Amino acid sequence: MEWETVIGLEIHAQLKTKSKIFSGAATAYGAEPNTQACAVDLALPGVLPVMNRDAARMAVKFGLAIGAKINQTSIFDRKNYFYPDLPKGYQISQLQLPIVGEGSITINVNGEKKTIGITRAHLEEDAGKSLHEDFHGMTGIDLNRAGTPLIEIVSEPDMRSATEAVAYLKSIHSLVRYLDICDGNMQEGSFRCDANVSIRPRSQEEYGTRTELKNINSFRFVEKAIEFEVERQIDILESGGRVVQETRLYDSDKNETRSMRSKEEANDYRYFPDPDLPQMVLEDWFIDAIRAELPELPGARRERFISDYELSDYDAETLTTSKELADYYEQAVAILPSQPKLIANWVNGELSAGLNRNAIRITESPVTATMLGQLLTRIDDNTISGKIAKEVFEAIWRGEGNADEIIEKCSLKQISDNSTIEPVIDEILSNNPNQIEQYKAGNGKLLGFFVGQVMKATQGKANPKQVNELLRKKLDT
Amino acid sequence: MHKKSLQKLALGLANKDFSTIELTQYFLDRIEAHQDINAFITVDREGSLQQAAAADKLLSAGEAQPLTGIPLAHKDIFCTDGLRTSCGSKMLDNFIAPYDATLIRKFRQTGSIILGKTNMDEFAMGSSNETSYYGRVLNPWNKERVPGGSSGGSAAAVAAHLAPAATGTDTGGSIRQPASFCGLTGLKPSYGRVSRYGMIAFASSLDQAGPMAHSAADAAILLQTMSGFDERDSTSVDIAVPDFSEDLENNLEGLKIGMPVEFFNDDLDPGIASIIMNALREYEVLGAKLVDISLPNSHLSVPCYYVLAPAEASSNLSRFDGARYGYRTAEYDDLLDMYKKTRAEGFGDEVKRRIMIGAYALSAGYYDAYYLKAQKIRRLISDDFTRAFEKCDVIASPTAPETAFRFGDKSDDPVAMYLNDIYTISVNLAGLPGISIPAGLDKNNLPVGLQLIGQYFDEAGLLNVAHRYQQVTDWHTLSPL
Repeated sequence: MEWETVIGLEIHAQLKTKSKIFSGAATAYGAEPNTQACAVDLALPGVLPVMNRDAARMAVKFGLAIGAKINQTSIFDRKNYFYPDLPKGYQISQLQLPIVGEGSITINVNGEKKTIGITRAHLEEDAGKSLHEDFHGMTGIDLNRAGTPLIEIVSEPDMRSATEAVAYLKSIHSLVRYLDICDGNMQEGSFRCDANVSIRPRSQEEYGTRTELKNINSFRFVEKAIEFEVERQIDILESGGRVVQETRLYDSDKNETRSMRSKEEANDYRYFPDPDLPQMVLEDWFIDAIRAELPELPGARRERFISDYELSDYDAETLTTSKELADYYEQAVAILPSQPKLIANWVNGELSAGLNRNAIRITESPVTATMLGQLLTRIDDNTISGKIAKEVFEAIWRGEGNADEIIEKCSLKQISDNSTIEPVIDEILSNNPNQIEQYKAGNGKLLGFFVGQVMKATQGKANPKQVNELLRKKLDT
Repeated sequence: MHKKSLQKLALGLANKDFSTIELTQYFLDRIEAHQDINAFITVDREGSLQQAAAADKLLSAGEAQPLTGIPLAHKDIFCTDGLRTSCGSKMLDNFIAPYDATLIRKFRQTGSIILGKTNMDEFAMGSSNETSYYGRVLNPWNKERVPGGSSGGSAAAVAAHLAPAATGTDTGGSIRQPASFCGLTGLKPSYGRVSRYGMIAFASSLDQAGPMAHSAADAAILLQTMSGFDERDSTSVDIAVPDFSEDLENNLEGLKIGMPVEFFNDDLDPGIASIIMNALREYEVLGAKLVDISLPNSHLSVPCYYVLAPAEASSNLSRFDGARYGYRTAEYDDLLDMYKKTRAEGFGDEVKRRIMIGAYALSAGYYDAYYLKAQKIRRLISDDFTRAFEKCDVIASPTAPETAFRFGDKSDDPVAMYLNDIYTISVNLAGLPGISIPAGLDKNNLPVGLQLIGQYFDEAGLLNVAHRYQQVTDWHTLSPL
């Protein structure tokens, strides 16, 4: 039987507000436990939540970016359950009427475009953290995270493979960072994801029974967990079994998923509208102001890069993955507008390699966009060759100065003066009579040998194009 | 001294007839002497005398505000920084809040004195003050009878002149019914008039704090301090606060008083009916007109309330889990065991009953039939009032179907207890202001309260109507002690 995979994702993105969604406590990551939890976050008796308008602004920004309907009246509901890191005994969320309604996003998978539906996105508060280590068998509770604003982005079951799921996740990840509403840090948990996975015979319209995968907080884990889960479900069905609706935990060490709780064990959350919070009403002007400040979005920027800079799909896609990278690229292009393709090659090549090697972000690159633009200008005006440029790039990376300083200091300037190059060529030719003979007998490949010798003799500084021309002239006449 | 109005006390302080310290000590002594009433859960002798000394300095410096130096009692539902706030529960017997409720903060800012925290039904759930962890409160008019609830401690304290005035809270009648039982003037403001921040929540969409005093004039002074928008309470309403004392004397000529036909019928106790009718005739003398109105859905108010209030309470009380503050059971095997034992031991029966009712009403499969249906009925009840107010300016009714009953009379029959709030509950469901004023004594010499219901945010109007009556009658001046 041929099976089709059906995947829907629930993404939790922490919003980059300064204070919490319903209190004035700070949201910064990494503070000493329980130092960023005020009376409201601790759920002391009598305290009340007050909605942070900035969180609403960010949610609306996301909604507009996915072309969604913004619900100008939305409602906060209480989701009731007991857990020590949930101080109130309920989480304030949005069930019936979320701030963001239906929208969609377009993803690119192997050059193919596909639109993924987004059912809704709603505002809610994060819980605290339970720390099970280092407390002599007891559990520690850190409430710094309690009350941090989240948007939960719920997709339609529109993805048909782990690859598509990852592409979708990356698109949303890129989008929230473009919008500057989430820092996207998956290690710190500010961007998290659960996957609903089911399979069905390819011809069947009805969905199969799904399982929900948790603890898949990296792009790689999402892919691996889904792949594992699909195989597991196929094995069950092909051996005549039945998939059970349940929540499963992904174990990255063992690369497997295991049952966490079944549908029957699921809580009855007793949702009801939070009487402490009036309906949230968003005025037209509030939404219009957000629309006006919406930045260019990744999809639009990718298309513009293709049309304005004549980049390939691949280059444009890679350069627009993050806003910072795209900004970097365009800053460099501003310095050398005639060479967008050359710049793209360098950003996706040397620069990316350097960033990966040092595990740093583009914003931390020791070679700034301006520095790179200046360096590539020196290739463009024949001051240095591409090969030398790589050396200069390394030197800039090490902090030895900008391109011109390094070229000057190390005398790396390209030799483009025929009267300097010619004597070198003559000397090499006179030292290699055998090779000349072979060349003339028809072994054209030996031209490369002579070029190499000249470049070696000039420590790579001779203009390769000129060396080629001069050599041909001398050998072919 | 203890029968002076707030205005007279302020005047006495200003004229240096007595100091704040003397006044405070006087009331502390009365509290001590009447401990049997059990009106207070916590008396803050030391703190109140310190506050009194500070108030005296303000008075000498000529920086007094209307309540500077006036000792007050506060229901033990308002968080007080550094002073225990128990909410009448074992669950919070050891709880000392690190902050003041907005209402407390405002009273502190005026320089008033906090004598202590008054007894109450546990988590404000009760109509007789019999559910308090700290024992029952005696009605000063008859110590074999209940003071009403849930603000029974505040009512008894003011009735016995252990404090010149007090604060209470009212979710379904918890200010007005004890005011009625104890011969006081008790006002429940419009929902949103007084900040709920720091007031321990019972049913968030219904809870409202208000004054309990001997007269409408005194209640107006307290309400002035309590009222106003609070950015920490999203349900508080940002509208202007009028001067509640300014219009007290307004003429009632032409005032239309609505009498709901559903309340004035054969079910009403004849003794109470005649007292209420006498009061209404007094209003006719003052120039008011009586008009019949209808609140056709009022018979649904008690069932509607006993779905919505417990539903909200079941969630509001989830935070009392033993994890961070308050009571925690001594021994437990695991987390679930700790939750279960803590809550089983920390909450009393009535609180548990309401948590269970509420959790049931919200649970999957029952939500539509109970919670959602009750919300629809709430709207109908509210619409009834809107229509009624097209025909009248205020609505009159008895505050309670009976006068103070005996201890134990209803404690085994929750529904009979719940029906005690039959006239007051719809006011909370609609979010309207309501006041109870003393209108007479029944054959057992127990006070009877007249309830007047006003339009949204027309507390000034209600106080005016109440005050004019108190100018021509002396029921509010009667004292059991």
